[in-house]
Amino acid sequence: MSIIETPNGYKLDNSGTRVVVDPVTRIEGHMRCEVNLDENNVIVNAVSTGTMWRGLEVILRGRDPRDAWAFVERICGVCTGCHALTSVRAVENALGIEIPPNAHLIREMMAKTLQVHDHVVHFYHLHALDWINPVNALKANPKATSGLQNVVSPKHAKSSPGYFKDIQTRIRKFIESGQLGPFKNGYWTNPAYKCSPEADLMAVAHYLEALDLQKEFVKLHTIFGGKNPHPNYLVGGVPCAINMDGDMAAGAPLNMERLNFVKARIDEMVQFNKNVYVPDVIAIASFYKDDLWGGGIGAKSVMDYGAYPTVNYDKSTDQLPGGVILNDNWDEVFPVDPADPEQVQEFVTHSWYKYPDEAKGLHPWDGITEPNYELGSKTKGTRTDIKEIDESAKYSWIKAPRWRGHAVEVGPLSRYVLAFAQGHEHVTEQISKSLSTFNKLSGTNLGAKAVLQSTIGRTLARALESEYCAEMMVDDWHSLIKNIKNGDTSTANMEKWDPSTWPKHAKGYGTAAAPRGALGHWIVINDGKIENYQCVVPTTWNGSPRDPDGNIGAFEASLMGTPVERAEEPVEILRTLHSFDPCLACSTHVMSEDGEELINVKVR
Amino acid sequence: MKVLILGVGNILWSDEGFGVRTVEAINQQYEFDEDVKLMDGGTQGLYLIQHVQECDLLIVFDAIDYGLKPGTMKLIHDEDVPKFMGAKKMSLHQTGFQEVLSTAELTGETPDHIFLIGVQPEVLEDFGGSLRDVVKAQMQPAIEHCLKYLDGYSVPYKKRSVPLSEEDGVNSPTIGLHDYEAHRPSEEMACRSGDERVLFDNTFEQRDSELIDSDCRTNVFVDGRKHFEDQ
Repeated sequence: MSIIETPNGYKLDNSGTRVVVDPVTRIEGHMRCEVNLDENNVIVNAVSTGTMWRGLEVILRGRDPRDAWAFVERICGVCTGCHALTSVRAVENALGIEIPPNAHLIREMMAKTLQVHDHVVHFYHLHALDWINPVNALKANPKATSGLQNVVSPKHAKSSPGYFKDIQTRIRKFIESGQLGPFKNGYWTNPAYKCSPEADLMAVAHYLEALDLQKEFVKLHTIFGGKNPHPNYLVGGVPCAINMDGDMAAGAPLNMERLNFVKARIDEMVQFNKNVYVPDVIAIASFYKDDLWGGGIGAKSVMDYGAYPTVNYDKSTDQLPGGVILNDNWDEVFPVDPADPEQVQEFVTHSWYKYPDEAKGLHPWDGITEPNYELGSKTKGTRTDIKEIDESAKYSWIKAPRWRGHAVEVGPLSRYVLAFAQGHEHVTEQISKSLSTFNKLSGTNLGAKAVLQSTIGRTLARALESEYCAEMMVDDWHSLIKNIKNGDTSTANMEKWDPSTWPKHAKGYGTAAAPRGALGHWIVINDGKIENYQCVVPTTWNGSPRDPDGNIGAFEASLMGTPVERAEEPVEILRTLHSFDPCLACSTHVMSEDGEELINVKVR
Repeated sequence: MKVLILGVGNILWSDEGFGVRTVEAINQQYEFDEDVKLMDGGTQGLYLIQHVQECDLLIVFDAIDYGLKPGTMKLIHDEDVPKFMGAKKMSLHQTGFQEVLSTAELTGETPDHIFLIGVQPEVLEDFGGSLRDVVKAQMQPAIEHCLKYLDGYSVPYKKRSVPLSEEDGVNSPTIGLHDYEAHRPSEEMACRSGDERVLFDNTFEQRDSELIDSDCRTNVFVDGRKHFEDQ
């Protein structure tokens, strides 16, 4: 029963009702969240625990750096490609390898496809059910739904009343057969669901459409990466050759026919994002105009390394520029240098790891991953079955990364705020357009900060980033064709493939705009082998526990002040945490789980 | 008839790699027609849906905790599959795979038949480790079960005169079974000693009866939101 004030401006009160949500994520990964509610059911303390231990880095020691990508691709099922990409970039950075322009363009298209795929699937298949109610969709009037769609996404073809009636019949049959399937276990009677039945039906229809389309998107990975799932990557370039006169045989080099196929997929992504995904998010958001909580440090203290350069290795050409913004001051953007030992550091005072001096953080090149599982004296429960965690001691398997000691949020919202603050033309236009539609639909007059500094802002920024990534790919595709037409068919630089060409000691880093946020890998190579490897992944930034100064991380901050409709159905908590698209498999490793139940909402 | 032979699991978590390793091994030993797809599904969860939707016959290899003796193989058919995959969610990909099956059902595109070949793991928590002997010993019998099942549907296959090398297997050679095991860092170097929660875990304790999630019916807990516990 004490109130703590954190340096980053939060008042934490651990008295009152304690709600435990464990685990939080839907597919890969484990996270547990505990919050305290005051007498008005408003969250006044939040504790986010990564419940898996992180051991990836250690198993890479002694391995060939050229193979690291294949291992890191296996950390997590849903973001395989960005780990692989970041890994080959780290090795190339360490060894001074520059990849050819074609390889850059192909990698860019693969990364952006992954971004679009991940964002679309995250929204429709993992996050939408926090906002829309498929059971309520059964009450919708198909004709009115058609009308709604014509207002929201006038350019989307599938909009007839008959279409929505069919979808409704299909869902009704499914539910009446007693099988809610993926819709099982929602809090469908909770008043926290606010969409009209028509909006719910429209979103369910798009849920099904997205399911059909996402499989087309990833075909691009099969073409460029040789296979999918788990496409191939290569230190020095990309593992696909270009031969415009070649045939379409399996495993054959890229030819015009294949490239045209790629273009068709890119166009599909552009259309779906523009005509369906972005309008859906804005339309749904308008029903929740009074629920603009959940921002936390989001859109206030943010970080990204910058991504998508038009000229490789020239950060000034990043189409989503990086930087750091602190304490809601959008007028000042600090540059980020992943190689500077004073900037990115990880702390373990509240994490189950051991450092020689835990008051200090370690830069990833000097990172240590040594487990040290010990619980605080106020823990309730046992070592293997924690009822209530003691957040004053160590309480998470996630380390606490900080930028110059500051807790920052990473993710699409952070990238969008950084771009907006730096006057990025396209991003500014996207944000203004969305705001004007949102204000029109909800009868409000809210500015960028009011909307973006919220759970909805995080979800909207993800949609806008997906839309932008699809559009950027069109340019990448044209640049690739132009290069090839000019006679450049090189896709890899193998000059330094042989370890005998490497220096005895080398270190490097690679970064990427992963779907969930800023991703960095740091590598130290000695005698041709990996000596140290550290991944600082987005969910480590966002889900981090407290640091030595007591600053809370993005997950915890985002929950503060959120009103919960029903403590035993904390959809608001899930909504906010899911808006980060948390992915704990990569930040940590699985540990004991009593798998009888997938989630365990406990109110005490 | 379109057939998908799918290995699921994470090769980095010791016996969790059973499914993927077995698919690699089949690919090394046998050739199939174009209608048969072999896939290392990893822990892709929902991202595997299109492959499940488009096949008529689905064969899945996986490490599953049935509460039996380590290495015990269990063959499960059709509607029983989701129940067993949900019996004990020791790995999250199983949640993901259950969700794949239920979502496929929603879209009305499901395989006609599903055959799950599951093996009880001995160890999962040895990160970076490989299959334990009792589990590895079941790879070949599992392959035989798969082939026998294919025979039942007259799906042709041919033994390769010379088995494929790891370089030509399903995966990139660097994470192929041999290299993966041979180049593993030492216990000390990889600090594999400690995680008390894992050490205290009784995941693999034998139970009186095998675990089945009896009321599962291919439904999955999206968030398990139903499971409240008032205390």
